[in-house]
Amino acid sequence: MLEQMEGSRAVAKAVALCRPEVICAYPISPQTHIVEGLGEMVKGGDLVDCEFINVESEFAAMSVAIGSSATGARTYTATASQGLLFMAEAVYNASGLGLPIVMTIANRAIGAPINIWNDHSDSMSQRDCGWIQLFAESNQEAADLHIQAFKLAEELSMPVMVCMDGFILTHAYERIDIPAQAEVDAFLPPYEPRQVLDPAEPVSIGAMVGPEAFMEVRYLAHAKQLTALDVIPRISEEFAERFGRASGGLVRGYLTADAETIVVALGSVIGTLKDTIDDMRAEGIRIGVLGIQSFRPFPLAAVRRALQDATNVVVLEKSFSVGLGGVVSNDVRVALSGLQLHGYTVVAGLGGRAITKASLQRTLREAIAGTLQPLTFMDLDWRIVNRQLAREAQMRRSGPIAESLLRDVGPIAAKVI
Amino acid sequence: MLQIRIHGRGGQGVVTAAEMLSIAAFEQGRHAQAFPSFGSERTGAPVIAYCRIDDAEIRLREPILAPDVLIVQDPTLLHQVDVFQGLHADGYVLINSRRSFHDLGLAEIEKRHRHERLVTVPATEIALKHVGRPLPNAVLLGGFAALSGLITLTAVDHAIRTKFSGKIAENNVAAAAEAYAYIQRELEELSHA
Repeated sequence: MLEQMEGSRAVAKAVALCRPEVICAYPISPQTHIVEGLGEMVKGGDLVDCEFINVESEFAAMSVAIGSSATGARTYTATASQGLLFMAEAVYNASGLGLPIVMTIANRAIGAPINIWNDHSDSMSQRDCGWIQLFAESNQEAADLHIQAFKLAEELSMPVMVCMDGFILTHAYERIDIPAQAEVDAFLPPYEPRQVLDPAEPVSIGAMVGPEAFMEVRYLAHAKQLTALDVIPRISEEFAERFGRASGGLVRGYLTADAETIVVALGSVIGTLKDTIDDMRAEGIRIGVLGIQSFRPFPLAAVRRALQDATNVVVLEKSFSVGLGGVVSNDVRVALSGLQLHGYTVVAGLGGRAITKASLQRTLREAIAGTLQPLTFMDLDWRIVNRQLAREAQMRRSGPIAESLLRDVGPIAAKVI
Repeated sequence: MLQIRIHGRGGQGVVTAAEMLSIAAFEQGRHAQAFPSFGSERTGAPVIAYCRIDDAEIRLREPILAPDVLIVQDPTLLHQVDVFQGLHADGYVLINSRRSFHDLGLAEIEKRHRHERLVTVPATEIALKHVGRPLPNAVLLGGFAALSGLITLTAVDHAIRTKFSGKIAENNVAAAAEAYAYIQRELEELSHA
């Protein structure tokens, strides 16, 4: 049924429709509203046969999730930012053990400096952890992806992260179609585990593996993720057939067919990009956007197919690797190896910096004109950067950087953005 | 697309106001998107919330830079925050105050914008009378319905009852109705002036 609601609420409802049996979570902004909503549903009796476990940390949350999933319970948790970092050791264990846990990441920057706002640094820090990583463009897609994620995770016996932009999506109210319980039940069968801890039939899970077989275990994880390249589109198509809307899949192009310039992006910024591209198309500029819904596994062939006829490829990403540049753009480059085209990396929106249509247009026009730097930090305030560099050149004890920059910026309360 | 920016202070229900506005627009069959300015919200700190209303899916996720409507929940912000930043020449402005634009020191704004779209309403007083707490958000939505006609008072009532229940909802509905009537009278006086 169509309802106007907060993105977090929609995700909580979608997760509840998947009949999770264990939810363990520790609150951290901007994920908190999701697990609060689920906690209320469990306590209020709207979500039955489910245990909500309050834990003392994110590390405990993932550890409890591992335990419950290993006993065959459908298990869910959510986190963000430092919370994801704090649970990192257990995150790797969950995938290494092949446990189909579903976790929402309400994407948020990583400190220091401490910052509660949105970017993709948290998910990207766990890019190589062996989990499937799906990114939502809208709150409708975020809700839908959770329903698909349980099916995907359980079919492959592999954990799935559903990544949605913190605040921009989690705290936004919009119209969302929440399916009926019977529809979700027909789509998502009860969980049939491949391995289960059961006192009646004792087994051990998590053996130590030495050089004789460790590489093989890792290879099998890779091979399994590659099979997800077939399973993800199939589940997305089945979802579309049953629920009547397209969500998920590997990649999704918008006006890319005849585009000379294609922007590649993840998450909610794709919406702003579509509006920007419509404006530029109205002037006759052949430009489109390719959204990547599945970042892990990375759909190399699909990305190459979508981009190979373009002249300019601009990867716009809310993440970056200090000392190198783009994170997403590196993977895109692998997909394009051997092709001759102009590639640009645009890092934007770090720590919640607003990504505006005006800035996107200006940047994309520079890319088309060939004047854009290969690595560009969109809307970087060079004034405060250069002032800090001058300070550091001038004296040894230049002091803490974050504090100095805040002094240079001055009071921000007077500004709208 | 109609773009509304709401300015207030932490604790005044600024974010809830934008959410209720989106619920009211949805109730009228429209697409709506409401979101906060995502600050660390502390009581008393300046807070901004946004609402977009359209007849098609809203994909844009940038903050509202050029609003069609401004709602100011706390007049003490007027000289602290550049609330009028980007406001359209024919935009609507609703300020929570008993004083007129002129008395608030906003004569310049009056000159640049259509005066019949600039109104004030003592929303805090109306809230205190009906709700017993200085929460002007629902009151101002009633006022916005009267000022613009872009949403109906019935839809505002529905949004209030979606967000709140029982006595709190009904008291806010009564407060919104009083603001609606107050601004209707004010607009009538303006049209005769």
